[in-house]
Amino acid sequence: MGNNKVQSAIRKYNQDKTRLMDILIEIQKDENHISDEAARIISEKLELSIVDVEQTISFYHFLSRESQGKYTIYLNNSVVSNMMGGKIVAETFENEVGCKFGKVTDDGLIGLFDTACIGMSDQEPAALINGNVFIHLTPFRVKEIVRDMRAGKDVKKMHTSYLGGSQNKSEYLNSVVRNNIMRMGPVLSDDYNPGTIIMKNLPQLTPEQVIEEVKSSNIRGRGGAGFPTGLKWEFCRKAKGDKKYIICNADEGEPGTFKDRVILTEKPKLLIEGMVIAGYSIGATEGILYLRFEYKYLEHYLENVLKEAREKNLLGKDIGGIKGFHFDIRIQFGAGAYICGEESALIESVEGKRGEPRDRPPFPVEKGYNDCPTVVNNVETLCSTVKIMLNGGEWYSSLGTPESTGTKVLSISGDCRYPGIYEVEWGLTITDILDMVGSTDVQAIQVGGPSGSLIGPEEFERKLCYSDLVTGGSFIIFNYNRDLLKNVVLNFTDFFIEESCGSCVPCRSMTPLFKQKLEKILSGNGVASDLEDLKNWGKLMKINRCGLGHTAANPILTSLKNFKYLYEEKLERGKEYETGFNLEQAVSESCEATTRVPEF
Amino acid sequence: MADIINFTIDGKECVAEKGTLILQAVQENDIYIPTLCNYKGVKPQGSCRICTVRANDRLTTACTTPVGDGMEIENDTSEINDFRKSVIELLFVEGNHFCPACEMSGECELQALAYRFQMMVPRFTYQFPKREIDARHPKILKDQNRCIRCKRCIRTIKDEKGRSVFAFFGRGKNIEVNVDPVLGSKLTDKLAAKAVEVCPVGSILPREKGFRTPIGQRKFDHEPIGSEYKH
Ligand SMILES: Cc1cc2nc3c(=O)[nH]c(=O)nc-3n(C[C@H](O)[C@H](O)[C@H](O)COP(=O)(O)O)c2cc1C
Ligand code: SF4
Ligand code: SF4
Ligand code: SF4
Ligand code: FES
Ligand code: FES
Repeated sequence: MGNNKVQSAIRKYNQDKTRLMDILIEIQKDENHISDEAARIISEKLELSIVDVEQTISFYHFLSRESQGKYTIYLNNSVVSNMMGGKIVAETFENEVGCKFGKVTDDGLIGLFDTACIGMSDQEPAALINGNVFIHLTPFRVKEIVRDMRAGKDVKKMHTSYLGGSQNKSEYLNSVVRNNIMRMGPVLSDDYNPGTIIMKNLPQLTPEQVIEEVKSSNIRGRGGAGFPTGLKWEFCRKAKGDKKYIICNADEGEPGTFKDRVILTEKPKLLIEGMVIAGYSIGATEGILYLRFEYKYLEHYLENVLKEAREKNLLGKDIGGIKGFHFDIRIQFGAGAYICGEESALIESVEGKRGEPRDRPPFPVEKGYNDCPTVVNNVETLCSTVKIMLNGGEWYSSLGTPESTGTKVLSISGDCRYPGIYEVEWGLTITDILDMVGSTDVQAIQVGGPSGSLIGPEEFERKLCYSDLVTGGSFIIFNYNRDLLKNVVLNFTDFFIEESCGSCVPCRSMTPLFKQKLEKILSGNGVASDLEDLKNWGKLMKINRCGLGHTAANPILTSLKNFKYLYEEKLERGKEYETGFNLEQAVSESCEATTRVPEF
Repeated sequence: MADIINFTIDGKECVAEKGTLILQAVQENDIYIPTLCNYKGVKPQGSCRICTVRANDRLTTACTTPVGDGMEIENDTSEINDFRKSVIELLFVEGNHFCPACEMSGECELQALAYRFQMMVPRFTYQFPKREIDARHPKILKDQNRCIRCKRCIRTIKDEKGRSVFAFFGRGKNIEVNVDPVLGSKLTDKLAAKAVEVCPVGSILPREKGFRTPIGQRKFDHEPIGSEYKH
């Protein structure tokens, strides 16, 4: 039985080891896990060793060697989820299901797990159940959902609200997810008929002319690093290689970010067009859309959009009538790993491997997917380039500020009246943004997710632009009722501990030490030298290989810089040294084993 | 003739062939840089970060970065040396290294580095993780307590079909290096010996051998690691 499914998954992907991710995801979906037998068969057919297959499985959060239950619940444990009542929802789940998180019920019916931000920060608490998104969870809803599971109900039929607006309720999507678009601009506006550039403009332009136009807009990558997009395309065009690739980065793993989810839902045709334009300019024949596993509910919908594009000759052979311009797009799913948003880790993942970032140089534009020149661009970047081709680079650079041109799509959540998506021109101040979303009495804002910084009111006049506050676009707002160190900084630090790929020594081993120090301080055992240690240790993080390691201590380091009083309040005064050693706790295990009660 | 480029190491003017990696260029000038994950003849993969230098004011790993024309490299500075010492200390506290009882003592690169960098007591708290010893394989023992996850075994030990005998398991702080149950049981003597040799520490051991070299004749008994370089 099971074997047939494993065999057919392997056949579906032509026994190709670079498609190991797809094979594993398919088996996981069918069987709730990847059994020993399945791992053995895969290793034989793909000529890999068993440990090699396990290497990939064990790297990804959503792949497992043990059954995850007939119904698999992944509840978001992010900061925003907890702020919106996630803790009580989690408790209710444990009580109703009858098992702890990380476990499956004895009858194998329900598996209960937590997961990092699933990209629903404007509608938390949210969970994925067998890949379907459930939003706005409350104890009442949890009881209802668990009852439905016990009754064997189809997950798709468990919803009690109407479907989310616009494309969320389209035939192929049928989802309750909300878009919450509060403000639109070039990327999100409805004034364009997708395909026009491919059909009308592209045939008149050489690839070099396209690159020039994009360069003249001065647009920089919207995925966080801010590399000039036109230049990236030019490097790739000029790089030597028989085959070239354009990859769209839709991994969107930074907690608090959800704008790519909304763009993918509302503007997938714009995205495809952007990938075609990029493909044309760099000379690629294949595009890959790398989609985070959390967004698997978009799969049929996006596949259908791709199908329609092929039917209109917006993808396929001689696109737009341009002789010899062949280009198509496939979707590659991730399987739960924040690091796969880093472009070289993403490429490793597309090749079927664990998502460990590569050493640079060489950069992906020289040696990327399958060692061929590859451009990796964010969803928003690619969508913006279509509008640049439509209205011209000069028009685009008239938006925003002279050095940060165009617009940025922001994901705003936390303590504000109108959480959601705001497309704004670069150059707004934080105060402008707080006014826009209806926030008063703000204690702090996490700008750019955990890898960004936690800033306080003294910095609210800072501007959103590349020379001041750069951001991938996420803002999480905290009012004065929030305990920043305990509920924000600690949670983010846990996130990085969980998500480190484990390669670099400081990234994997220093971050847990940071956490232990923070816990020591939170428990009232900190002394002044602990704060000095944190600051000094932070320098070591800069020798890590990639951005994750460089920023993994940022929650602690930026809060220590901007909210030092919160740390100082907790210190033991007048003491120079304190181990934080707790004798009672240290011997509790052995006391229990020997049934002795110690006297302290 | 190959292009020759100029660069400096801690102010000293040096030359190298274009395309040479910083590590090699520095060594050719008789200057020492500590390494752990790097292994001669194997494609470098900068994971331990101990060879970090400051090149044109950017921190980067010497084993993976090509030297550039006019590059200014900082190597033997207090900042860089403290980074390196920190990495060594982190490796000691993240695993369980009880050198006096270890078969590799005296021949172990990690221990030798700790001596060279004069590590007394690590500044970090020992983690004492629970780790296993895998004794299921006929030719080798895999002691997870001492593995520094440098990937040297993963990258070098392959069977005749190119399949990996060793591979990572998991990620983050709990990452481990496992031996393939099937390939591990079929390991040839030659490959087993090579696995023992590539491991810089005492994580891969030959079975039934124990302490191989008498004290006094071990690799690092007389001179610290890196003594082949003058500076
Ligand atoms: C840990 C880490 C996570 C990242 N996650 C994402 C992501 O989810 N989406 C994204 O577009 N870029 C992400 N990036 C940035 C990418 O590496 C890359 O710079 C970007 O995709 C390039 O596209 P752009 O030039 O259009 O911004 C991440 C980087 C790091 C270091
Ligand atoms: S910095 Fe962290 S995530 Fe990045 S490569 Fe190193 S260990 Fe992996
Ligand atoms: S592996 Fe090296 S550092 Fe670890 S215990 Fe053995 S000799 Fe000491
Ligand atoms: S077993 Fe040895 S060679 Fe392999 S990763 Fe561990 S320390 Fe490195
Ligand atoms: S030797 Fe260069 S990173 Fe390990
Ligand atoms: S601890 Fe002193 S001899 Fe063992």
